Amino acid sequence: MIRIAYFARLREAFGTDGEQCPLPAGVADVAALTQWLCGRGGAFAAELAAGRAFRVAVNLDMADAATLVRDGDEVAFFPPVTGG
Amino acid sequence: MSVQVQAEDFDLGAEVRAAHAGCLRVGAVASFVGYVRDLNEGDEVRDLVLEHYPGMTERALERIEAQARERWTLDAVRVIHRVGRLAPGQQIVLVVVASAHRGEAFAACEFLMDYLKTQAPFWKKEQTPAGARWVEARSSDDAAAQRWGGNG
Repeated sequence: MIRIAYFARLREAFGTDGEQCPLPAGVADVAALTQWLCGRGGAFAAELAAGRAFRVAVNLDMADAATLVRDGDEVAFFPPVTGG
Repeated sequence: MSVQVQAEDFDLGAEVRAAHAGCLRVGAVASFVGYVRDLNEGDEVRDLVLEHYPGMTERALERIEAQARERWTLDAVRVIHRVGRLAPGQQIVLVVVASAHRGEAFAACEFLMDYLKTQAPFWKKEQTPAGARWVEARSSDDAAAQRWGGNG
């Protein structure tokens, strides 16, 4: 299982703050997981489309497209940060 | 704990005093306080809500502090960031840095704020007369962080 968390604008767009699901078949990194989420269509496809500004963290560290995703990981999707 | 995420307000004076208490080599304490403004992008802001990523936010702030301590010789670092609903005029963020001399204290304080603004997972949602909206990240904040070199 992996846990996927959503924050801020993405949380509102997806209507949930996260979900738990089995690691999808063939998904081994952030790029593949993003593509798998986009495959759901709707808000996922719109918000996570290429060119949209969003960030990904794996196990509480900032990640990039090539960061590996393994069973048991927590992956978070969120907009660029605006604190301070 | 020198970094903290909390709903409660903070006391600048108390934090500055704590930063050099009992450490007589400290010759300089630099501090920064960020406040909620009542205007953003030309619109009135009635209040804002700060969201964060519990666990990751603290970890990101600790990493930023560690990076500052690698660059400069610092005797104390304190970062407090508030979350939840805040009204214009209220304090949002505090950075306090104590060092032997002002140069290091000023530089580290600015570095901490520049990195916090681009690396720490916080998001602001503003309430304006036209409705609520998420604040968009600014490229000027990225530029400010990038001038320190490295990739954060």
